[in-house]
Amino acid sequence: MRKDYNLERRKYVIGGFIILIVAIYIIKLFELQVCDDKYKVNADTNAFLRKTLYPSRGLMYDRNGELVVFNQPAYDVVMIPRDVQPFDTADFCNTLQISRETFDKRMSDLKNPRKNPNYSLYSPQTFMTHLSAKDYGRLQEKLYRFPGFFIQKRVLRQYNYTAAANVLGNIREVNAREIEKDDYYRPGDYTGDLGVEKSYETYLRGQKGVEILIRDAFGKIKGKYDNGNQDIAPISGKDLKLSIDIKLQQYGERLMQNKIGAIVAIEPATGEVLALVSSPTYDPNLLVGRIRGKNYKMLFNDTRRKPLFDRAIMAAYPPGSTFKPTQGLILRQEGIVTPSTMYPCSHGFICGRLKVGCHAHGSPIALKPALQTSCNSYFCWGFKHMLDRHSKYGTTADAFEVWKKHLVSMGYGYKLGIDLPGESRGFIPNSAYYNRAYGEGRWSANTIISVAIGQGEVLATPLQIANLCATIANRGYFITPHVVKEIVGVGLPHRLHEKHYPTVDRAYYNEIVEGMRMAVTGGTCRRAAFGDVAVCGKTGTAQNPHGKDHSAFMGFAPMDNPKIAICVYVENAGFGATYGVPIGSLMMEMYLNGEISESRKYMETQMLEASTTGYPRTFISNNKPKPYTESNATKDSIQ
Amino acid sequence: MQLRTAYNSRDNSPLRYIDWFTVVLYAILVIGGVVSIYAASYQFDNAGIFEFSMFSGKQMMWIGISVVIGFCILLLDRRIYDAYAYPVYVAIILLLILTIFIAPNVKGSHSWIVMGPISIQPAEFGKFATALALAKLFSGYNFTLNKSYTNYLKAGLIIVLPIVLIILQRETGSALVYTSLIFVLYREGMSGFVLFAGFCSVLFFVIAIKYTEVLFWSIPLGEALVFIGIMLLVVGMLFIYCRSWELGRNTALGYIGGCAVAALLSYFGIDVNGTIFFVALISASVIYLLIAMFRENVRKAFVAIIFAAASMLFLFSVNYAFGKLESYQQLRIKVTLGIEDDIRGVGYNVNQSKIAIGSGGFLGKGLLNGTQTKLRYVPEQHTDFIFCTIGEEEGFVGSTIVLVLFLALILRIIHIAERQRTAFGRVYAYCVASYFIFHLAINIGMVIGLCPVIGIPLPFFSYGGSSILGFTILLALLLRIDASRRESVN
Repeated sequence: MRKDYNLERRKYVIGGFIILIVAIYIIKLFELQVCDDKYKVNADTNAFLRKTLYPSRGLMYDRNGELVVFNQPAYDVVMIPRDVQPFDTADFCNTLQISRETFDKRMSDLKNPRKNPNYSLYSPQTFMTHLSAKDYGRLQEKLYRFPGFFIQKRVLRQYNYTAAANVLGNIREVNAREIEKDDYYRPGDYTGDLGVEKSYETYLRGQKGVEILIRDAFGKIKGKYDNGNQDIAPISGKDLKLSIDIKLQQYGERLMQNKIGAIVAIEPATGEVLALVSSPTYDPNLLVGRIRGKNYKMLFNDTRRKPLFDRAIMAAYPPGSTFKPTQGLILRQEGIVTPSTMYPCSHGFICGRLKVGCHAHGSPIALKPALQTSCNSYFCWGFKHMLDRHSKYGTTADAFEVWKKHLVSMGYGYKLGIDLPGESRGFIPNSAYYNRAYGEGRWSANTIISVAIGQGEVLATPLQIANLCATIANRGYFITPHVVKEIVGVGLPHRLHEKHYPTVDRAYYNEIVEGMRMAVTGGTCRRAAFGDVAVCGKTGTAQNPHGKDHSAFMGFAPMDNPKIAICVYVENAGFGATYGVPIGSLMMEMYLNGEISESRKYMETQMLEASTTGYPRTFISNNKPKPYTESNATKDSIQ
Repeated sequence: MQLRTAYNSRDNSPLRYIDWFTVVLYAILVIGGVVSIYAASYQFDNAGIFEFSMFSGKQMMWIGISVVIGFCILLLDRRIYDAYAYPVYVAIILLLILTIFIAPNVKGSHSWIVMGPISIQPAEFGKFATALALAKLFSGYNFTLNKSYTNYLKAGLIIVLPIVLIILQRETGSALVYTSLIFVLYREGMSGFVLFAGFCSVLFFVIAIKYTEVLFWSIPLGEALVFIGIMLLVVGMLFIYCRSWELGRNTALGYIGGCAVAALLSYFGIDVNGTIFFVALISASVIYLLIAMFRENVRKAFVAIIFAAASMLFLFSVNYAFGKLESYQQLRIKVTLGIEDDIRGVGYNVNQSKIAIGSGGFLGKGLLNGTQTKLRYVPEQHTDFIFCTIGEEEGFVGSTIVLVLFLALILRIIHIAERQRTAFGRVYAYCVASYFIFHLAINIGMVIGLCPVIGIPLPFFSYGGSSILGFTILLALLLRIDASRRESVN
């Protein structure tokens, strides 16, 4: 047969064609299988249902081992829109006991990108939160009828005591910003809000686990992947042992009812906060579960009572006479006064036309009696002498900077660093501040004399005042106050063990302690004395632009080897001796003796019943307020 | 005498000259196919690969039947196929006609003849019958394709008849397979321009449909690209095919000058209608070429003229034709071209199959470890989309090996075709090669998302008795014809 070689060459065209096709396909396969990871991820989301296993959140105990905060199970109804198939909506609504309108609204809300920016067909969307155990049981039985829906177990908080809401904080759903900031969170997760829940969030939350289930194209679960070998068990959060004595805290909150203010009690040797009372306060149960949103709004919008404002650490008050011990220490440290230096007091400090009033006591007067009687004049003279001693400091401004430096070393003017969010730094002015206000060189000790007695520009939080008291009780050091005694199994950060030594020589503290002791034995805080405990104290009566004077007290007991240092601050309640002293001494007595002696019961009743406000209630809860009685007290503490 | 008998018997045995290379490739592909089918239909609570309840078990039975029939084919005399080519073709055509009427509706197609537990698809047997008939036609005394148009008509009839019948069975995919026989016609002398035209049509169609959204010079970008493509090809043809330096240069300069003028006009704010501009420019070049052709007798320029005119006509008919397609076909084409992203609807299969293949990675997840195919994310995974299982479980390496094996088989068949001493053998072999080229290109192309979803199986891999039997017969006949290639030249 004749061979046509021209035509035979066409085999190369045909062969070349299929070689080209195969080459293109191999390149495409390389792109699909080797270059692009998208398909691997897609395949995994296709085939694996990664069910998050939520860890149990850490529990909280008080310093005596009383369980304060624990967990209760809650159930969320979650759905994956892609997997939802037509189902009996009426039956579904019935089971959850919601109306058809609620159902429709919820569905449209979920798909609304403004209300639910995380909406995705493929990821779990929370349809309804916090099912009651009853609804949960009913739904669980029928769940197979509603493909695409499942139940996600959650953990809610439960409280054994209706106290310490400001310390404990609460939990809430994370917001978009937190999800973005922290990889741990997914939409619908919970995080701590306020208090210890927030500051110890990373310890409390634990580690999430994951259960990998195999799911076929019809959304049916075909079992565990690799027999569960790839699953990760959740790790429970760390428990916290609070330094708070919950009974003392409760007692403090009762004493503060119908008053506005704060109590801070610290164990001086350790810096552990025994009680951190802020009034008005609220029932922590208000912020649990489905009612949280509504209640949080209510508390947040209550601008009159400001229950969410933790006055113990956030309010900056004029410290008033509680400031005088710091002045004594500075004057001694700077050598302005000796124990025998006397200053005159003629019902006040009179210097030219300037007059700072004082009450009746002997004159002239030395440091200890000045503390005993809370003499304004003494500390004004001392302050004036210090600022005017240009031979030592050069200018008034330089002298003032020295004064300020000492105060900062005692914990004033800056955040102390308590392990709670939102602490205020108080305020100690510097010379630049006055230069701005009056002009450089145009102010003197007389211009700003009121800071010497804790008035004027000086502001401090009750925590700072209590910390000063603890410093004095320790004769010259403090440990940063903290409300958590121990993260169980972890311990506590080093910074909460560290001793801070103010710039005042420890030798001078004893004089202050003696002065504060004299104030109790025969001075302004006589009512602070109880039993045979050597109580030391200092009253404070702070003038303020908001009305009646604030009543303040700081004290510690016993004088030697002190167990408790306390600051009480009651807004617009008058003299320090009227409210501050009795409340402070009752707190100390309760803590040290565990009970109030018979002879002081009248004082306790008086304090419990006293009201310094026109407010309807200072304890905000869903329950009707119970008038305080002895039986109530015991019942509450058994709770 | 003794010696001569021995020689004769050896010479007469078809197995003596069998192409073992093809046999080995066949065996590897078939075994790979069974394993893939087993993997594709494997469930977590699974029976063994040989269990009859499994697809792989049934497929083994069909392979057994195929091998027996294939062996019989090898044992029969080669001349039988020559003699019975037309009768076989006629019989199969009658069977295809019968099928239209007696086949039940299976997912919209009427292509299955059900006989108790077994159903067969006659369309699969149409392939070898058509190949035989075509081979017989070309082996006629002094037959060459280009001799007369009647010969084209005869060849065309043999090819078109099964296409029409299978389309009537609503099995468009299987019908399109026969269009691949254009390669055979090309090899036997059909002008290369037909192939070129076919290639250009597909290219222009794709470009014109794909880029309709973006505007370029007030016309869709796709249209503009096609116009530019036509101009480039015309110039290229003038240079390379006509070998006319002068015509090529002048046309090219004319195109560039025209475009420059248009760009200048639009720069000065005078709107130029893109369509009119391009049509005018190309028409001008056509007129120039016509004049040149008559004046200087450059006859080959005629091809470029026809090409330019036909291309423009084609472009205008594309939109019209596309509008005439059924909407689901339009959608399939659009999804394939990536115009529409419809992963829940038409694109679901392709998207899932891409996910399955893509998740295989370089080395794959290992046999039976695929999740996408095990969990039935890929539809038709043991039939048309069987390649997904290979892609997912054997990865890039496995997929490439399968592709290369097929390529080797096809090239081997072309090699076999060219060593035939008869037109009958050569044409038959090219028919087989064409079928394999089409099946491989379309099936793999659709699975990896490069072609529209046209439901045709991957030879030897896709589950289905008719398919494996049909392809085995095709190959067995080829081997038998090839084995006796030295016998006689008549």
